[in-house]
Amino acid sequence: MSLKVVVAEDSALMREGLVGVLTRFGHQVCAAVGDADALLAAAGEHRPDLVLTDIRMPPGQGDDGLRAAVALRRDRPDLPVLVLSQYLEQSYAAHLLDLGDQRGIGYLLKDRVAAVTEFADTVVRVAGGGTVLDPEVVRQLLRRRQDPLSGLTPREREVLALMAEGRSNAAIARALHVSVAAVNKHIGSILQRLGLPVDGDAHRRVLAVLAYLRS
Amino acid sequence: MHARTAWQALAHHPLAFLATLWPWRALAYLLSGVGVGALTLVVLVAGLLTGLVLLPLGVGAVVLLAVVLGGGVVARVERWRLRLVDLDPAATDHRAPNAPGARAWLRTRLRDRLTWRELGFTAVSMTALWWMDLLVLAFALALPVLCVTAPLDDPGAWPWVVIGLALLPAAPYTVTGWAGARAALTRLVLAPRDAELTEVRASRARLVGAFDAERRRIERDLHDGAQQRLVSVNVMLGLARLDAGPGTPLGRRLDLIQGELTTAVGELRELSRGVHPRALTDQGLAAALTNLTARSPLPVTVDVALPAPLPASVASTAYFVVAEALANATKHSGAGRAEVRARLRTDTLVLTVHDDGSGGADPAGRGLTGLADRVAAADGILRLSSPSGGPTLLHVEMPCH
Repeated sequence: MSLKVVVAEDSALMREGLVGVLTRFGHQVCAAVGDADALLAAAGEHRPDLVLTDIRMPPGQGDDGLRAAVALRRDRPDLPVLVLSQYLEQSYAAHLLDLGDQRGIGYLLKDRVAAVTEFADTVVRVAGGGTVLDPEVVRQLLRRRQDPLSGLTPREREVLALMAEGRSNAAIARALHVSVAAVNKHIGSILQRLGLPVDGDAHRRVLAVLAYLRS
Repeated sequence: MHARTAWQALAHHPLAFLATLWPWRALAYLLSGVGVGALTLVVLVAGLLTGLVLLPLGVGAVVLLAVVLGGGVVARVERWRLRLVDLDPAATDHRAPNAPGARAWLRTRLRDRLTWRELGFTAVSMTALWWMDLLVLAFALALPVLCVTAPLDDPGAWPWVVIGLALLPAAPYTVTGWAGARAALTRLVLAPRDAELTEVRASRARLVGAFDAERRRIERDLHDGAQQRLVSVNVMLGLARLDAGPGTPLGRRLDLIQGELTTAVGELRELSRGVHPRALTDQGLAAALTNLTARSPLPVTVDVALPAPLPASVASTAYFVVAEALANATKHSGAGRAEVRARLRTDTLVLTVHDDGSGGADPAGRGLTGLADRVAAADGILRLSSPSGGPTLLHVEMPCH
């Protein structure tokens, strides 16, 4: 699947790297810009399938990229945005997860781009409406809810973390080197213990897990 | 401790005080106060009237100007007299003229607020203060003396002698009491004691501010420079690895390099976050504390309700106080949970960090002393209660103006 992507990143070297990875996986970068204002303009002009942006960017050198992404989503609630950051912070994640119906949201540590194959996979998932959270953010969320989660087995906790990152059952099975059937069994048990709705829709399941962890 | 002022002498050793020179100095202060006040009244009122009468001739303006500057002369005498009852130096700090010559001197002097303060003080001094001096002297000394010297052969007068004898020992206290009050007023208006202290405090605050700005700059340089570059290189390595083929010897070597590089980038990130947390600038104290506690292995409840963003230096001091307190709780006290609370009470930030650990935190420890210094530089206070066996409570108050 070839996607039309707008890339915003103020470091020229990093921008080149991002464009390199996206084109390597067959996507089309319709604009690669270096500040938040140019991002707003480019996204309006090209109507991309995905916006990939850094959080910290000119003109303010603050969280301008994040605010631009939020503004774009307000105009086009179905626009997938994948946000990259040098630091992972719960406060930035919360800002993104509070957006609309949370479809097509991604928040990753910039380092994850270096694992190019997985990153390319993430791009496609977010563009397809998935919610993808960095494992580090999920780890922090899991720690916060230590008490109710202590009833889960170590394996179930691993599965829960991967679910919260937004991975599919097949991807979870691959990551843990177990069968899909085993993963399904774990998921059923986790949802039941946490009192979450057992639902066929994978995306709604991710959201339920995230909502549970953040509450 | 040696008394530096008449009031201190009176308060510290009320009886021994009688044998010192202080009552006599206070007496001299009031007597000279009457003299100077009466003289000032005569001279300045005469000058004022002459000036007003001669104003149409033009010369009057010069006389009025002299009256205004006369306030400075009176103030100088008052400062000199102040030494009778207050040994601390009373310096004038009139602004230095910005150019040579009498005209520049005059212009600077007239624009100086101190000149007008001195004039105001002179006005109060000649209209009210010296009369008060006179009244106090009359009540404290003249009245008892008059009573005592009443003719004894008059049978109706001897109770007055008793009253006079009873009043006389009180005289040194009355005289010194009023002299001290008058001296305090003089000091407050003409030679504020806290001017120097305010400057020291301001320079400390500036130092902390500069320190904060420097930390922000270092973090920004790390973020925009080394961190960004290393991540970019890592991305390029990722692409190279893809080109080399994941299973090949070159691919495996690149894999290894990427792993090391990722670790290095992670360490650099932790370092730069410790220097200055970015979210503090972007989203404020509440968000930065949420992020801090999310990374803490200790479960922490954050309860921060602030109506408006805090000044940058207050916010960063508060942040580092919490960071240090939580680090201590995690490392030393074996706490099971902690709570961070921040509120704004009028214009003071009240911050508490509470943990259920075993206590025994050392207030003289390096981390806590450094924090107490930072808080003090922001004009705030830091209190620690950490009895052995716990719990530990850290309480910080900092003004936000």
